[in-house]
Amino acid sequence: MNAVRRFAFFFDSSSCSGCKACQMACKDKNDLGPGVLWRKVYEIAGGGWRRDGEVWAPRVYAYNISLACNHCEDPACLRSCPTKAIVKGPDGIVVLNSRACIGCRYCEWSCPYGAPRYEGERGVMGKCDFCFDLVEKGEKPACVAACPMRALDFGELEVLKEKYGGTDAIFPMPQASQTGPSLLIKPHRSAGLAGKGTAGVANDEET
Amino acid sequence: MRKKIEKDAGERMVRTGCPSHNCGGRCLLLVYVKNGVITRIEGDDRPGDTLEDPQLRACIRGRGYRHRQYHPDRLKVPMKRVGKRGEGKFARISWDEAVDRVAGEMSRVKEKYGNSAMFVPYGTGGYSQITGRQTAQRLMNLFGGSLGFYNSYSWAAIAAATPTVYGTSVTGNQRQDWLNSKYILMWSWNPAEARDGTNSEYFIRMARERGARTVCVDPRMSPSAVSLADEWVPIRPGTDAAMMSAMVHVMITEKLLDAEFIRTHCVGFDETQMPPGCEGEESYRDYILGTQDGTPKTPEWAERITGVARATIARIAREYATTKPAVLYQGYGMQRRAYGEQVVRAGCVLAAITGNVGIPGGWAGGMALQAPDGGPLWIVFPPGHNPVNASIPSFLWSEAVLRGKGMGPEDGVVGVDRLDNNIKLIYAVASNCLVNQHANINRTAGILRDEERLEFLVVQDNFLTSTGRFADILLPACTQFETWGVEDGWKYGDEVLLMPKIVEPPFETKSDYAICAEIARKLGIGEAYTKGRDERGWVEWALDRYKKTRFPGLPSLDEFERSNAGVYSVPVTKPAVAFEDFRRDPVGHPLPTPSGRIEIFSKKLFDLKKPASIPAVPKYIQEWESPFGPEAAKYPLQAVGHHGLARVHSTFDNVDWLNEAFPQRLFINPLDAGPRSIKDGEAVRVFNERGATVVPCRLTTRIMPGVVTLPQGAWWAPDEKGTDRRGSINVLTSERWTPFAFGNAQHTNMVQVEKAKGR
Repeated sequence: MNAVRRFAFFFDSSSCSGCKACQMACKDKNDLGPGVLWRKVYEIAGGGWRRDGEVWAPRVYAYNISLACNHCEDPACLRSCPTKAIVKGPDGIVVLNSRACIGCRYCEWSCPYGAPRYEGERGVMGKCDFCFDLVEKGEKPACVAACPMRALDFGELEVLKEKYGGTDAIFPMPQASQTGPSLLIKPHRSAGLAGKGTAGVANDEET
Repeated sequence: MRKKIEKDAGERMVRTGCPSHNCGGRCLLLVYVKNGVITRIEGDDRPGDTLEDPQLRACIRGRGYRHRQYHPDRLKVPMKRVGKRGEGKFARISWDEAVDRVAGEMSRVKEKYGNSAMFVPYGTGGYSQITGRQTAQRLMNLFGGSLGFYNSYSWAAIAAATPTVYGTSVTGNQRQDWLNSKYILMWSWNPAEARDGTNSEYFIRMARERGARTVCVDPRMSPSAVSLADEWVPIRPGTDAAMMSAMVHVMITEKLLDAEFIRTHCVGFDETQMPPGCEGEESYRDYILGTQDGTPKTPEWAERITGVARATIARIAREYATTKPAVLYQGYGMQRRAYGEQVVRAGCVLAAITGNVGIPGGWAGGMALQAPDGGPLWIVFPPGHNPVNASIPSFLWSEAVLRGKGMGPEDGVVGVDRLDNNIKLIYAVASNCLVNQHANINRTAGILRDEERLEFLVVQDNFLTSTGRFADILLPACTQFETWGVEDGWKYGDEVLLMPKIVEPPFETKSDYAICAEIARKLGIGEAYTKGRDERGWVEWALDRYKKTRFPGLPSLDEFERSNAGVYSVPVTKPAVAFEDFRRDPVGHPLPTPSGRIEIFSKKLFDLKKPASIPAVPKYIQEWESPFGPEAAKYPLQAVGHHGLARVHSTFDNVDWLNEAFPQRLFINPLDAGPRSIKDGEAVRVFNERGATVVPCRLTTRIMPGVVTLPQGAWWAPDEKGTDRRGSINVLTSERWTPFAFGNAQHTNMVQVEKAKGR
């Protein structure tokens, strides 16, 4: 993996059940208390029902988005950090050095994905570091290795693009052009519908 | 900059089976330990991850186990009750006193009433041989026995009904065979959340990638409906057998049946193949066409009952009958209902009459234990022979406390004509089934509070559960990371997982086995109980059983431990298909049914002479609580308690990481919430004649209008007025049992929901 220039996550939204094994693997590895999520799973749900005589006809759609830090090409968090606690490595991994962090939360506000999270107990920010320690050893990031559905992958962005295709934003994620996320998503078939309809994040309090 | 603080000095890693709490899976964990403390948990790291031998990737519960393991509320010392029973007031006692007391009460009750007054109830908190209820059953059996039980809270109807069709419960193919299917009908089946065998959801995903069309029939747009299905068909709970009947109607009228297979392999489909003595009785075809009852079971008929459009029913019927080979997988939720036996039989019959039995890519349906040998052995630790012959259905224990003496076959009693005792002593191990998981908690709590009736209750567990609050003596058990264990697959799978002791039992906790061994010693049967073995010794004994049965190549315990492999698996290269021999040669390889064939009409059921509740052919029967009954006027919503990922039944309910991921909610459709002025996130009161619970709600379009769901297993937390405050569904459920299996029907509930007022 030494030659990798831009590490990225691949996420297959069409196969994600929302089981949150990725989220928990992250929490355990990084020892994150309740309330701190470096990877979280958004449930997008919407649509409605039509009564037709005796029948309830659903026009309902739902899918999940598992999201951590996207290790952007142009990280908004990095630009906003007054203490230069956030750096981007030659392999594209964006790391937050908590020893240099003053907990001002600018990065949290500037990140369009809400990736950096405030850790109240320590008074500093924290975020996904791509499990670089595991990756350097040739292992997978904890979330990727955890997925029972095998819906997460990682690697060089260009290689992932070739392998999976995919897109870098689905509803209701922000436009990728803002920061250039190192992320590929295989959309769920409902993602297009959701963008046009009544859908939204259904599990705000869980994320 | 990118240096991690060096954490791993002195750290060791142990591969182990995930603590088995009847979760639906059996997975591999990598547990890291430093200074005697578990510091992190990773998942299966075996290279390859092939379909033949896939990784056993743990779910959120296994991955988050540290917050259960190191929970501040772990039971730490033995305790005795000091208040009234059920008040939850306890005082610390020594192990000596605790063992004396339990042994003394067992001796007293044995002397006064006899062994049949003692009972070790159903409970699934431990499956690692050394933890779990079997340890106490062995103790009882060596002490002269106790009232036994049969069946389970999970599978009562499906386990009883499947053999009425096939003569066996081994009706499932090895799961890799799903990849040979062209059409998969996931009926009330949600493997992405309930697992039902580690990797079941993954195999369905792969089957779909190979071109299978998948359809989910479920009142709820489950995680499986979202991630595994091409189509979701919402159906009114308890009406599945009506839709299945209408599908058969379509197949008959459009001639989509496998008539040749029916002729050669089945009995009772039509008047030409009725069992001797039943000529002229209502055949299945008669029922479907309404020949005798005057009601043809058309899609129009089923539409009114199920809420599924007639065109959808007809289309699913055509798709299933003509896209071959096809799987109709029956989940267990729809059989934990009133008349749950019917839907099991109806699903099996659909598989049979479309000719999907005994072929690769097909699926016979029903219980579906894995071919060719029934699959995993679950528990091999030997409880030994129970000298008490009497046995009751697991769900009827509260009846046996109330009125055991005299209970007979009408209550499902087997082994004796009549019970000679009420239950007077209960020894509950790894079981929250007495209070929390049994139906109608308020009723059960009342029964248990009566200290004259049940004279002694000992509860052995990791935490003070709802059941534990009623204990006379509480015994602190260690977790499965703190003792030895071994397990094989959950229903499916071809692997053995070793569970070495990873850390020491904390405080004064001991393994279930060690506790029971001490009581045995006090009763003078210590040597008979242990046979000189400690926990590791029994794991070695258990490995030998696995080696002699399903896993001849299994390494010795020493080798297994030294390798730190954690798992021994047998790759499935040619998945076994149930009933292949019977399919090829029904005469030479008859089924173990009375006719030797697939019994669409069961003479055995016919002879019970209860056609209204146990018909000889599978029928839709309106449930005893139903949106079509008078009860719907007061309680218009159907309430089910699906299995969520925040818990395994009631285990893990107190774990903060899991509550954060999946907080307890009542899920309600906005169309039902709107008229009740209920907004998303608000506290609601869910109630019926049996009880009430207050819980925050989630408005979601993912549940059918008229139906609410409250994930089962939350720990009962009554306030001073008796209203539950945690969202425990069993304050709403009924103790009434199903007619044939004597099983629980805990998903059949009518309720009302309103905005909660103040406190």
